[in-house]
Parts: sequence; C-alpha cells; structure tokens
Amino acid sequence: MGLLDKRFENENIVITTVEDVLNWARLSSLWMMQFGLACCAIEMMAASASHFDIMRFGIIPRSSPRQADLMIVAGTVTLKMASRVKRLYEQMPDPKYVISMGSCANCGGPYWEHGYHVLKGVDRVIPVDVYVPGCPPRPEALLEGIIKLREKIRRESIVKKKLPPVYVEEK
Amino acid sequence: MQPTEIYERIKEKFEDAIVEFKPDAITEPYLEVKPDRIKDICEFLRDEPELAFDYLMCLSGVDYGNGTLGVVYHIYSMKHAHRFVLKVKVPVENPVVKSVESVWKSANWHEREAYDMFGIIFEGHPDLRRILMPYDWPEGSYPLRKDFQVPEFYNGMKIPY
Repeated sequence: MGLLDKRFENENIVITTVEDVLNWARLSSLWMMQFGLACCAIEMMAASASHFDIMRFGIIPRSSPRQADLMIVAGTVTLKMASRVKRLYEQMPDPKYVISMGSCANCGGPYWEHGYHVLKGVDRVIPVDVYVPGCPPRPEALLEGIIKLREKIRRESIVKKKLPPVYVEEK
Repeated sequence: MQPTEIYERIKEKFEDAIVEFKPDAITEPYLEVKPDRIKDICEFLRDEPELAFDYLMCLSGVDYGNGTLGVVYHIYSMKHAHRFVLKVKVPVENPVVKSVESVWKSANWHEREAYDMFGIIFEGHPDLRRILMPYDWPEGSYPLRKDFQVPEFYNGMKIPY
C-alpha cells in the first residue's frame, strides 16, 4: 500500500501515486446495490448483520443504483429479471463492480438443464468481477468474495486493461 | 358430507354432464365432468346450502401426455368442513374450458397460471394474460407441456446452458 509509509514527519503531507489513492478510496467504501433475488439474499442479509458485519469493509447497502459501486447478484436470475438486472447495472456510475453470489447467478445452478425461465449465469448479461460458489454460500464465503474483490481493486490500473474475473475456491 | 353423497347430489341435477366418478381413486375420490358444464356445476356446489363449497383450494392444469390436457379443481367448504375434487379433460387441439372466475374470485390467477403453463383457454375469464412468463414470451409456447421445447433465445439472451 505504501500510503502511510511516505508520510513526512510533522507535516500534513502524504506522497503517493494517483492510482494508489484512487484504488484505496474505491476499495474502502464499496457501497452495494441493495437487492436480493432468492435465498442467497438471506445469506447476504446475514453477512450484513452484526454477526458477520459487512460494514467493517466499508460496505453500506444503498437503495439507489446511482449511488452504488458494487452489485451483489444474490440469487436466481430469471429471464424476466435479467433485463432489469442489466438496466440496474447500466444505471450504476463507473467504476462499478459485480459479485455473482451462488450457483444460480454463476451458472444457473439447479435450473441449468430444465429451467426454461432461468438465465444460465448472470455473466450472460453483465460482466462479473468475482464468482462466489455455493448453494447458498455461507456469509463467510461472501466475505471472502468481498476480500478478493478488494484485492482485485488494489491491483487495478488507470491505463491497463480491466482485470479478469476472480473465483472464490470451494472449500 | 362424504364424496359419494356429494356425487349423488350432483348426479340428481347434472346427470348429462358427468363423465366418470371414481370413489376408489388412489389419492382421493374425484368426479370428471364435461368442460362446458363445469361452471354450472361449480355454481351449484357453491350455492346449495347443504354443500356450500365456498373455497377453491387449488386449480391446476395437467398435461396427460396423450394429447389430452386437464384442469383439476380442489374445493372445500368452510361451513361443513368437507372437500371434493372435480376434473375436466380437453383435447390439446381445442383446449377450451368454461371459466369459474365468476364463481370463486381466487380462480382468476389460478386460471391465468394454467393458461400460461399449459395453454388452456378459459372461456369467460375477464383477463386471460400470462401471469408468470413475460408478456412477450413466444405465442403458443407453454413451458409445462410435455412437448415443450426451450427456445434458443429470448430477447437476445441465450436460454439453453
């Protein structure tokens, strides 16, 4: 990080790179789009409750896509909902990140073969940054997904291409 | 009142509308009637004080897989605490059943669902639209039919895995 290392003694000056400070700011206050699609949303709610306390990562649920940086797609994306998810994603201001939470959002989950109404993976409509497997994933898994996303944001660069998606490994 | 007694009461009035009564069916006794008389029978079952079927518990569509579609009505009387099952069968080429929406209001959405999933047309329904599938889902594509094929694309989104 190096942000605090290069602080001058007794002065209110910090030397850093623009990239470092931007990434630091972005990863420290990821406001998330407040919506859930299925049972994964219950785990997401548990993650934001006091026991797991998602707010220690600077994540605040935000009810408006216009003020959100992070979209957690928690649940089954039906074909009917897919166009709405896409619309919400487009309404979010850049930079924006997506965590695909649970098997349904990753690949269709139990509906992969006979689900005539389910989109087989939310990455068919919006780009995904972190995939969290599980059915549904425990809050710890979602927290790991968030940590992975923070690590990813830390590695980001203004000039280089967008980083490829990250996968939380199943344990 | 027992199902056989209820059947006797229906038989008195609608002898010509009855197709088959099965008192020894595996799950529970049912009565199959003609699809164009179902509304009259339901009205009778609701209004007759001794029967007083005031509650439509469930209305479901069925595809029997041999070119026949069906609707099953599970009805209950809160007053007498007795229940009964009605069935109708229609050919898949012309699946028209009289609507019971005017008898029990809860039939409204149930019939829309049966229409949405099986393409059964309920004659006399005030608002027969799709209820679960999107409104722009392909015409004539009913997901719970045995011969249903998943469309390749919906609004530019690939559906099969």
